[in-house]
Amino acid sequence: MHTDVLVIGGGNAALCAALMAAEAGAKVTLLEAAPREWRGGNSGHTRNLRCMHDAPQDVLVDAYPEEEFWQDLLKVTGGITNEHLARLTIRASSTCRDWMRKHGVHFQPPLSGALHVARTNAFFMGGGKALVNAYYRSAEKLGVQIRYEAKVERIEVEDGCFVAAHVSSTQGTERLTAKSCVLAAGGFESNRDWLREAWGQNERGEWPAENFLIRGTQFNQGTLLKHLLDDHGADRIGDPTQAHMVAIDARAPLYDGGICTRIDCVSLGVVVNRDGQRFYDEGEDFWPKRYAIWGRLVAQQPGQIAYSIIDSKAVGRFMPPVFPGVVADTLPELAQKLGLPVDTFMQTLNSYNAACREGTFDHTTLDDCHTEGVSPAKTHWARPIDTGPFYGYAVRPGVTFTYLGLKTDDTAAVRFGDVPSPNLFVAGEMMAGNVLGKGYTAGVGMSIGTAFGRIAGTNAAKAALGVQA
Amino acid sequence: MNTLNALTREAKALANGEPMGNLTAPETEVARQLQICNACRYCEGFCAMFPAMTRRLEFGKADIHFLANLCHNCGACLHACQYAPPHEFGVNVPRAMATVRGQTYADYAWPAPLGRLYQRNGLTLSLALAAGLALFIWLASSAAAGAADFYAIFPHNFLVSLFAPVFLFAVLALALGVRRFWRDIGPATTGAPLTGPAAAEATHDVLRLKYLDGGHGEGCNNEDDAFGMSRRRAHHLTFYGFVLCFAATSVATLYHYAFNLPAPYDLPSLPKLLGAVGGVMLCMGTLGLLRLKLQRHPLHGDAAQKPMDYGFIGLLFLISASGLVLWALRGQAQMPLALAVHLGSVMALFATLPYNKFAHGIYRSASLLRHAVEKRQPNRLGLGGE
Repeated sequence: MHTDVLVIGGGNAALCAALMAAEAGAKVTLLEAAPREWRGGNSGHTRNLRCMHDAPQDVLVDAYPEEEFWQDLLKVTGGITNEHLARLTIRASSTCRDWMRKHGVHFQPPLSGALHVARTNAFFMGGGKALVNAYYRSAEKLGVQIRYEAKVERIEVEDGCFVAAHVSSTQGTERLTAKSCVLAAGGFESNRDWLREAWGQNERGEWPAENFLIRGTQFNQGTLLKHLLDDHGADRIGDPTQAHMVAIDARAPLYDGGICTRIDCVSLGVVVNRDGQRFYDEGEDFWPKRYAIWGRLVAQQPGQIAYSIIDSKAVGRFMPPVFPGVVADTLPELAQKLGLPVDTFMQTLNSYNAACREGTFDHTTLDDCHTEGVSPAKTHWARPIDTGPFYGYAVRPGVTFTYLGLKTDDTAAVRFGDVPSPNLFVAGEMMAGNVLGKGYTAGVGMSIGTAFGRIAGTNAAKAALGVQA
Repeated sequence: MNTLNALTREAKALANGEPMGNLTAPETEVARQLQICNACRYCEGFCAMFPAMTRRLEFGKADIHFLANLCHNCGACLHACQYAPPHEFGVNVPRAMATVRGQTYADYAWPAPLGRLYQRNGLTLSLALAAGLALFIWLASSAAAGAADFYAIFPHNFLVSLFAPVFLFAVLALALGVRRFWRDIGPATTGAPLTGPAAAEATHDVLRLKYLDGGHGEGCNNEDDAFGMSRRRAHHLTFYGFVLCFAATSVATLYHYAFNLPAPYDLPSLPKLLGAVGGVMLCMGTLGLLRLKLQRHPLHGDAAQKPMDYGFIGLLFLISASGLVLWALRGQAQMPLALAVHLGSVMALFATLPYNKFAHGIYRSASLLRHAVEKRQPNRLGLGGE
């Protein structure tokens, strides 16, 4: 079967590439490693797209200009980003939604529990799996050949040019040639051995990554990423320990726990580690920021576990957790039930409670309830934890996706020795590290995947059809 | 303060993992799934059920009955669900809701013992149909042979004396059932009284079948994750076809008693027009629903209720088709048989009205009314959220 463009991967970036290439007139084959019911990789767990807009736009309120988006990105990445590629992503996010709609994606305003991002993020009606379904339907209509359970073990590259991919599937192994190729097969977050090796051993002799949970697909094994980096010496970007990491319920499943396992009450109480001690300002900022940093904070604690502690005043003020919390009528009892050292825990809680300077509590603004004379301070929403029953939720780091990837440029080309390949392109998690050196801000993964997926698909089609890129 | 106490109590029950009240197994399954949905909320835009869910932290029996009947089984949330099978969370809201819905029809049926007729509803409808047909075929056979018009076979007053009591009983039974349902879900939906705007909105949502539009206007799911309007259209044809046929009968009754204009009527008389158009619509609608149901994705809905659904669709089809056949056969020798089949199937439908699928429209309308009331009340939860 003749193929112009081979797309390796089956999530948002891969689908965007396949759709663009097919629209440009190329014959496209898409290889998804997962079976049909698990298709779409981590995109199935996403729910919105961070969008630049200069004026209110259908579901987006007010404005979110390029400069503000850029400053947000600069802040969360601590400057570890590529301004040219970041701004390209940002601008693309302001114009891609009509195209997305054309391919069946529906947007909605955030209805509840996500109002902080109503201005910056456009929500997919039904979430990322609905988006993935829409794209697959559209791809099928456009004649894209879709193969499930098709794993690419290695590719052939000659002088920086893609030649063929070696695919193993239920039908055995085969060699697929194509005129051009888009790599969009995800990060390596599901590969626990690789994560363990990347995070190494800490000063306590622990292998922290052994205690990580994977929030998304089990199929992002990083096989191709490793192959490209190690066997083909493709130019690399990013630190293998950097990832989008969130503090999630310690009881979440190892894979695919997704959004519902997040613990959203951090700011309403305190968080202690295994030793019963606080370690970070729980009231520093709202969810988008909190969301992005707490996974890593917990990863640095002994045993890579922490406990979010609240009292009854917090109930009904945060997104309901998927699993019931541990509950006790007194704080010492709660510590005991959670297996925490009671004395240290009580010391921590008592000094926190004594340090609270209550103002006007308002969990929807950065209010004036703060602590004085306790370290670390809690700078907002600080109220004594004194009204039983008390609740505790054990949290662990949940990895969403890793940032180690292939270095690229504004053509989405894979680069070998700083020379761009004429027909091998990359998109999605496999190159998100170009924009995200560290940190995260809600919905930006989909902005990157959509922008670079579309560029990669366009350029792959041009390469295949002999048009100058 | 009461709200706070209630919240604390609920949270306590939630934290202890104990559902409140005595939930049945299907209700417990709904509560389990909604705990997952409430922590996710990606499906909020599809229908009324999810926004109603987000006003709750915990799901008691009445909440579950209310929410289950709010669900239209459109399937959108199943195909969009990241936790749907084969995920270990096994979330399938349309199925869990359908199972509880089926249970509510039986639980709220009046008189209570007849709720059992829902357990083997296909059989119930078959027996009712058999009895209806037997009755009218026997009656026809004992009537004057070769009679040219309906009333020569079945005198008008005789038909009224048969159908009126059955129909009035069905109305009474349905009314008493939904009254109890209304009283149970009322307190769980703020207890606020029904207002004009709420009633207007719910009426609109019922008559337009708003929640089969997918939230985006492209319709609901049937065999796969693609959206389409077929089910909504087929349901509209069925519902409005039924309404027109019912109107035809009502107008004819009026003609008979008020204007002394006995049947048969011919085109372009009003009863004939209503009956003909309604009959064709009902035929087309039920055939459409049947086709869609046969193609339906296997994970949609509760498989145990298929006999109830097929039975109801089949009965409505038989009524409309026999009515049209009757028209065609007027003045011919087979007319009495066609008339007996038509009247027998109408009788079977009326007799089982409070114990067949017809109830879904009544309970869903009640839930939509309560939803329209509840959504106008302030939300007691102040989730700071993300």
